[in-house]
Amino acid sequence: MTALLVLPVAAPVAAAVFAAVCRNRRLNAAVAAAAALAIGACGLLLAVARGDGPALALGGLLRADALTAVMLVVIGSVGAPAAWAGIGYVDQEVAAGHTTPRRVRLYGVLVPTFLAAMATAVSAANIGVMWAAIEATTIVTAFLVGHRGGRAAVEAAWKYVVICSVGIAVALLGTVLVYFAAVHAGIPASRALDIDTLLAHATALDPAVLRVAAGLMVIGFGAKAGLVPFHTWLADAHSQAPAPVSALMSGVLLAVGFSAVLRVKPVVDLAVGGGYLRTALLVVGLATVAVAALMLLVQRDFKRMLAYSSMENLGVIAVAAAVGTPLAIAALLWQVLAHGMGKTVLFLSAGQIQSAHGSSAIAAVRGVLARSRLVGASFAVGIAVVVAVPPFAIFGSVIAVGRSMTEVGLGWLLAVQGTLMVVAFAALASRTVGILLGEPEPSAPAIMTPRSISLALVIGIAACLALGLSAGPLAGLFRDAGLMLAGVR
Amino acid sequence: MNQDLYTAGMNTAAGTLLLTAVLVVWRRELRAMVMLLACQGVALAALPIVDGIAHASAEVIGVGVAILALRGVVLPAVLLRLVARRGPARRGPARWVPARRESAPVVGTSLSLLITALLTVTAFAVTRPIVRLQATVGSMAVPVSFAVILIGIQVMATRRRALSQTVGFLMLDNGITSAAFLLTSGVPLVVELGASLDVLFVTLVLGLLARQVQAHFGDSDVGRLRELRD
Repeated sequence: MTALLVLPVAAPVAAAVFAAVCRNRRLNAAVAAAAALAIGACGLLLAVARGDGPALALGGLLRADALTAVMLVVIGSVGAPAAWAGIGYVDQEVAAGHTTPRRVRLYGVLVPTFLAAMATAVSAANIGVMWAAIEATTIVTAFLVGHRGGRAAVEAAWKYVVICSVGIAVALLGTVLVYFAAVHAGIPASRALDIDTLLAHATALDPAVLRVAAGLMVIGFGAKAGLVPFHTWLADAHSQAPAPVSALMSGVLLAVGFSAVLRVKPVVDLAVGGGYLRTALLVVGLATVAVAALMLLVQRDFKRMLAYSSMENLGVIAVAAAVGTPLAIAALLWQVLAHGMGKTVLFLSAGQIQSAHGSSAIAAVRGVLARSRLVGASFAVGIAVVVAVPPFAIFGSVIAVGRSMTEVGLGWLLAVQGTLMVVAFAALASRTVGILLGEPEPSAPAIMTPRSISLALVIGIAACLALGLSAGPLAGLFRDAGLMLAGVR
Repeated sequence: MNQDLYTAGMNTAAGTLLLTAVLVVWRRELRAMVMLLACQGVALAALPIVDGIAHASAEVIGVGVAILALRGVVLPAVLLRLVARRGPARRGPARWVPARRESAPVVGTSLSLLITALLTVTAFAVTRPIVRLQATVGSMAVPVSFAVILIGIQVMATRRRALSQTVGFLMLDNGITSAAFLLTSGVPLVVELGASLDVLFVTLVLGLLARQVQAHFGDSDVGRLRELRD
């Protein structure tokens, strides 16, 4: 058991050290992809081997439960294709003369470090350590966002670091207040931030202080999840980062940020009652969906369009968390995984379109499907996944959340959210049709896809389809995570 | 240490925290802002040091000394290098000379100070549940921490130089750390260590990015970052 907890952190750290020493960048990318696979495999094994309670390792520093297992699977299934596609991405950058050897080496080290920080965040037993790991993701990805250099990339990196650091600092203040409430309730200081200890003593925590703390944590960790009000970094960073990094940020980082909210939710619900966080998450979630839908309507850049689609999905996920029934939480975790996979193929294929055209303007691109079947099909599948078209998984998850909403008497909100989702769907679908179909202009550049990216795309499409048809062995895991986080057990 | 001396020490440190924050709002000279930040770091470190002496805890004093080194010396030194660097950058497309003063203010000085006063009153209002829960010398001073946090955000929102925004961020972080020390004797060591490392790295990253902004945009005025929009 200890090995399954330590390996998800140790494997990417080892890959980062390897990349710092070894000068073969293709080998480095393959090692990083292998480390991501190891993370995902540990998640699956933890899902199979999990007992009734959480598993602990390293003197109680690391902790794994159903949510940890789900998040490790998400990190692995997005991280592996994204890291592997890095081979083709860097090849193209080098061939085009867009990068320097120093930047290439930095890229090789930072990608596995990023994976390690995310794996630490989801397997920390202490919410203070979880906070530090999430903050570390900001530091690591700052240079990945600015990797391409130039004014736009530097601007995106600056805004990203400033906004996310402030957001996450707000979450630290929330963490400090939880600690204060715990120490005041007589919990020994050394264990006062441990998730299990907090859960066991949740009813003894002062409700007034915990209300302030929970509000700060929703805003702070919400910043990393791309939720309103600290969402403004998201479109800039996603559109400027290299395609594989955009996939990682959109597919996993946002979900890791949100998993922090899910982590503290049972404690807060026990201490102050379920209504408080429900209201907070409903407001934040619906506002996020609304902002994303409006921005999608006026979007002229396809990478920014994908970024706002991520915001829309995270908003829907936040609303599902607010509903908070076991079914809704199981469904939202299913959506997290499906969205991660969909966004991986989307950003990788969008990266190929962008590098062929030298632009990410929607107006500049027509007839992709006629020029590259694989890239066009990947883009189409990815969009179908993220706008909840059946048979893909998010459709099922949205239906399940909708059912839960009517069960808890939030049917009117379902109508509001449904309308916003239809707006987003229309905006995304109409632009996608324009990009994919139509006769390409005679002068349109050919879309050449490196073999590594083609492989990642094919595997990604297959995974999206498979997850849509059946959650397979993961169904039980999602169900248990839902029961656990809804406080049923 | 007797109780009066302890109370006086804690209150002086907390008062200095707030005073330096207000002075940062008042001053527009970049170097002066960094120096005030260093003073604030010293005042922040005084909290655990006084607390540690009062309770004869070597560990808490040690944490205080580490805070003193990081927030009183290292972080301000990183920022000072940004101000002091003369002449053109070694790399980058444009030649630039570091700015010495804040550029044209978004909000005037007197209005800024008025906003600061309002934020301080707000801080006293929002911290009432905390002060009510635990009425110790430290908790009574917690509104000061929240005021420093809010003033830090104010500086970030109203100043346009990359360096001033970084100073605002570090004030925000000082405020949070002081809240941890005033409410309890600081968060567990592993969390404190993680938070300190993070703030150090964020400052280094912001410093590097500030230089890149200066190199690419010819100025450290982040109000000029307008390439990306919808």
